[in-house]
Amino acid sequence: MNLFADTWAYLTDGSHWTGDGGLLDLLLEQLLLTIVALLIALVIGLPIALWLGHLGRGGFLAINISGVGRAIPTFAVLALLVLCEPIGYDTFGPFGRAGLATLIALALFALPPIVTNTYVGVDEVPRDIREAADGMGMRGWQKFARVELPLAMPLITSGIRLALVQVWATATIAALVAGPGLGNVITAGFFNGDYPRGLAGAIVVAAVALMLELVSAWAQRAVQSRARPDTRGVTSRDTEGGNDEASTDPGPVTHGDTGDGGRVVRR
Amino acid sequence: MTLLGSAAAVSAFAGPAGAPSGPAAEPKCYSAVVNEWICKDYFVDRQDELIAATREHLVITIFAVLLGLVLAIPLALLARRSARVEGAVLAFCTGVYTIPSLALFPLIVPFTGLSRTTVIIGLAFYSLTILVRNTTEGLRGVPDDVIESATGLGYSRRRMLLRIELPLALPVIMAGLRIATVSTVALTTVGALVAYGGLGNLLYNGVTTDFRAQVLAASLICVAIAVLLDGLLLLVQKGLTPWTRGAGRTA
Repeated sequence: MNLFADTWAYLTDGSHWTGDGGLLDLLLEQLLLTIVALLIALVIGLPIALWLGHLGRGGFLAINISGVGRAIPTFAVLALLVLCEPIGYDTFGPFGRAGLATLIALALFALPPIVTNTYVGVDEVPRDIREAADGMGMRGWQKFARVELPLAMPLITSGIRLALVQVWATATIAALVAGPGLGNVITAGFFNGDYPRGLAGAIVVAAVALMLELVSAWAQRAVQSRARPDTRGVTSRDTEGGNDEASTDPGPVTHGDTGDGGRVVRR
Repeated sequence: MTLLGSAAAVSAFAGPAGAPSGPAAEPKCYSAVVNEWICKDYFVDRQDELIAATREHLVITIFAVLLGLVLAIPLALLARRSARVEGAVLAFCTGVYTIPSLALFPLIVPFTGLSRTTVIIGLAFYSLTILVRNTTEGLRGVPDDVIESATGLGYSRRRMLLRIELPLALPVIMAGLRIATVSTVALTTVGALVAYGGLGNLLYNGVTTDFRAQVLAASLICVAIAVLLDGLLLLVQKGLTPWTRGAGRTA
């Protein structure tokens, strides 16, 4: 009970928030890492996945990358990168100590949900809709931009949300390898026996995580409701059902997993 | 070449494992001076440590997934009672899933202390979120006409659940179990925060002492455990649902 009171005292003490290495400083550092890593993963992952989905090729790879990402511990990748000669512990600009290693690890773990969901989203556009687009005389590029991309949007955005959750979590773990971010408050607290501090750090990390989730859910809804009027004409009942199910499913189970991947690969 | 050379140097001692190497000895490939990534001597000399960490890792993973499964099935059954309950359960799951593991463990520590239980409960929460989702999804996928036939045959609700619904939902539930297990193996490493991380303890120790052979070995064993357990569960699933094998051919 004392612990909770002390934690509360830690959180309400303004001096813990301000200054160099204070909670706000670390929070901003971790947010910067998260956003930059997510952008890197989007720039690399989206074009590849969209292209593969459009061609309907490479499905095995695009879907199984999620399984691979799950099996490899983020902590292990961070540890390996930090001990790698050219990357190491050095401070990397505004990203802090071991910033480069952390940034690479974050971008790597953001890739699987983005690639898998984007691929599945584009690949699952029903054949009859594609044929209708062909029949209307659309070229490959037009078909992609005006038919496939809008219909795949719900799955793509839920993949980005999954990636965001993953990146924030991995950025927190970076503290275990003496990296940057808010996780340092947790590790410093626990490894020095200062539990109120550790618990306070955990509460801030969890609160920001939930906030990011809520904001991204809201953003996803906003994007979808704006996209819907344009797509209403071409959306068959079939797709709408599938996409709705996916959009209310921000959890870790992507489409490829529940169907064991087989359904999409076979196509 | 270097690997062979150092192995020969070790066998020249022919001493028992852990025998102190004399000052004249060539430094082992895992010593701080050499610090190679791949080092056979490391696996030989630190065998006991590696086996103990692997065992700890397996115990934590298995207990966590089982606890998650035991909690997930009643929750999923509760969730399908009404849309409101389902919404609440799924919102809870999403919330838990959003919290990073390094922040979830500290939130449990006030109740269970710095113990193995803390890690098991934390990881069970993550498995739970995956399993609840897949169990509700699997139960929803049972065809209506099958349920109607069973009702017509006079199946009670309980028998319907045990004999019809759960078996038909099993492939989806097992897919969830595989995902939960693989993620739990990876997340167990974060338990190093409270000193119960299995192979994660070796990772943490390896990073702080710049011990490459140990970090690589612990990472590889982690991935191997995940792959093995995944394959094992796939075999169990095929054994439990023999009807799905024929379905693939006829489809």
